[in-house]
Amino acid sequence: MAVADLELNSSITQQKERSLWQKSMDRLLRNKLAVISGIFIILMVLVAVFAKQLTPYTYAEQDLIANNAIPKWMLFIMPEGAENYANFSDKFPLAADHLGRDLLTRTIFGARVSLTIAFAGSLVSLLIGIVYGMISGYAGGRVDNLMMRVVDFLWAFPFLIVVILLQTYFKAIASRSGGEGMGGAFINLNNQMGGLLFLFIAIGLINWLGMARIARGQVLSYKQMEFVEAAHALGANDTRIMFKHLLPNILGPLIVAETMAIPGYIFTEAFLSFIGLGVNAPTPSWGIMIQEGVQALRSYPNQVLLPAIALSLTTLAFNFLGDGLRDAFDPRQIDK
Amino acid sequence: MAENNSLVRVEKLVKHFPITQGVIIQRQVGAVKAVDGISFDIKHGETLGLVGESGCGKSTTGRTILQLHEPTAGKVYYDGEDLTTMGESDLRRLRREMQIIFQDPYASLNPRMTIGDIIGEPLDIHKIGTAKERLERVQELLNLVRLNPFFIKRYPHEFSGGQRQRIGVARALALNPNFIVCDEPISALDVSVQAQVVNLLEELQEKFDLTYLFIAHDLSMVRHISDRIAVMYLGKLVELADKDELFYNKMHPYAIALLSAVPIPDPVKERQRKRIILEGDVPSPAKPPSGCRFHTRCPIAQDICKVEDPPFEEKTPGHWVACHFTKKAQEEML
Repeated sequence: MAVADLELNSSITQQKERSLWQKSMDRLLRNKLAVISGIFIILMVLVAVFAKQLTPYTYAEQDLIANNAIPKWMLFIMPEGAENYANFSDKFPLAADHLGRDLLTRTIFGARVSLTIAFAGSLVSLLIGIVYGMISGYAGGRVDNLMMRVVDFLWAFPFLIVVILLQTYFKAIASRSGGEGMGGAFINLNNQMGGLLFLFIAIGLINWLGMARIARGQVLSYKQMEFVEAAHALGANDTRIMFKHLLPNILGPLIVAETMAIPGYIFTEAFLSFIGLGVNAPTPSWGIMIQEGVQALRSYPNQVLLPAIALSLTTLAFNFLGDGLRDAFDPRQIDK
Repeated sequence: MAENNSLVRVEKLVKHFPITQGVIIQRQVGAVKAVDGISFDIKHGETLGLVGESGCGKSTTGRTILQLHEPTAGKVYYDGEDLTTMGESDLRRLRREMQIIFQDPYASLNPRMTIGDIIGEPLDIHKIGTAKERLERVQELLNLVRLNPFFIKRYPHEFSGGQRQRIGVARALALNPNFIVCDEPISALDVSVQAQVVNLLEELQEKFDLTYLFIAHDLSMVRHISDRIAVMYLGKLVELADKDELFYNKMHPYAIALLSAVPIPDPVKERQRKRIILEGDVPSPAKPPSGCRFHTRCPIAQDICKVEDPPFEEKTPGHWVACHFTKKAQEEML
C-alpha cells in the first residue's frame, strides 16, 4: 500500500472535498456585483410577499381629492412651474397617481406581478424546455430532427400576434359561454389572477424554445462523453443516464440562460401591459403604471419615474446575477 | 478458428456508420466503414493486443464487441452466447461480465458524482447488496487499485490523471467481470504513470483471472502486456500472431512498417535499425481502396493487390496474415 500511504500525505487529503456545485457557489459569492444583485432580488421577493403588511393602503384604494398629489420635497424633479398646478399632500410618501392611489403601494404590489412572471415564466420554460430538449438530443436522428423543426416553426411565429389572438380567442369563448364550461373556467381563473394566467401562457409558450435548444445542444455534447458510455457498459437504462448523468451536467448553462432571460419576461409583461394586453385593471403592474404615467408625463414625470426605476433595477439585478452565474459555471474555470 | 478455450469470438464483424445528407428528409449517401469484416478470438485468461494507426477502427471494434455500438453485421460470441441477437435484459445480465476501461480519464468519470457513487454505480444498477455492503465493496475496490478509501466522498476533479484512471479500473472491476476491453487506457497518461497503470492491470489479471482486449498504439507497451497481438489497418485485420512470432517473423508489409518504428533499447542495434517510412496518408474509411486496402501505400504492391482482397489466412499455425506476397515482403522489407 505504498501508493496509498503516499497519497495520504499529498495535498489532496488536506483540502475539504467540494463538489462542482459548491465550487461554483464559492466563485459566485466572490463576485460582489452578483451578491449585491442577489440580495436585492431577495429583498424584492420579500417586499412582494409582504406587500400587504408593508403599506397602509391597498393598490385600488382611491383618494379622489388627492389625485396627482405630490409631497413638497418632490418638487425638484417636477417641471418648471409645477408649484402652480401641483396638488400638494403629504398623505402619500411617493405621490399619488391620477386616480388618487398611492404610487408606492402600487409599485410594491406591482413587484408581485413582475416577480411572479419572472419565476413562473422561468419555471415553466425550464421544465418544458429541459424535457423537450433532453428527449430530442438524447433520441437523436429522425426524432431529434423532427422535434427541432417544430421548435424552428414555433420560433418563426410572431409572438405579439399569438398573444393578441390568445387574448381575443379566450375572451370570445368567455363571452359566448357566459362563464360556463372549460373556456369559462379559464376566463374566471384568469380574472381572479388579475389577467396573469394569459400572460403565463403567452410567455411560457414562447420562451421554452430557447431552453429546449440549449438543453438539446448540451445533451448532444455530453452524451458523447465516455462517462455516459461507461454507464451504458455498466447496464444503466436510459432514465438513469438522463437523470443521473446528463441532467446534473447540463443544468448549469440552463440556469444561467434562464436567469439572463428573466429580464426579458419582466419586460414582456411590462410591454404587454403597456399596450393593454397584460394584467387587468386595477391590478398594478409596472408596465401598466408606466403606461398610465406616460399620459401625464409632461406635468407629472414622477408617476413614470417610480415604476420605471423599480423595473430597471430589478432587470439589472437579474442581469448581473446571470453574469455572475455564468462566470461561476463557466466550464473553463473548472479545475482552477 | 473456433477453439474450445476461447472466451470471446468475433466473426466477420462489420460496423458502418452511415453518412446522411438532407435537412428534413435524410438519405444515406455513404458509410464510414470503421470495421469491415474482422474475425478473431480471445482465449480465456489471455491479453490480446490490438494495434493500428489512429482511425483504423480499433476503438470501434472494442465498443462493438461490447454492443455499445450496434454491429452492422457479423457475430460476437461471449462464452458461446451470441451477443448480437441478444435482448436487452439478457445483455444487461452479461454486462456484469464484460467491462471497459476508457482512454480519457477526464471524460470517463462523471464530474458531478463522488468517487463512491461512481464506483458504486454498477452495484446500484444491478441492485447488488445493501447500502452498507456496497460501501464496503467500494472501499475494497479503492484499496485494490491502491487509492485511499478515505477519498470516497471526493469528486473526480480533485484527482490526477493516473488516479482517475485507477478509479475507472475500480469501476470496471466492481461487478467482478471476466473480460475487460482496455481502450487505450494509458495513452492519455504520463509515461511514469503509464507503467503504474499497466502493472496494476497485469496484477489484477493474475489475481482475478481476467481476459483483456488491450487496444493501444504504443507498440512497446502492447508487446509488454499482450500474449497475442492483432494488427489492424483501415477496418481490417492484417496480421494476428503470438507477440514474439509477430515481432520476429512478421509477414504483412504494414505490420513490418509499423513494427520498424519500435525503438530498440540497445544503442548499437538502434543505430542499425531500418525504419520504413510509409508514403501518403491513411485513405478515408468512407472510400476505402479496392482490393487490398493497403495497396495505395504498400512498397511491394502488385497489380493483383488493386483488384483482389487477400484472404486472412493462417500461414503458419496460429499466425494469421492477409497478404498476397508475404515472402516478398519479408525478403524485401526486412
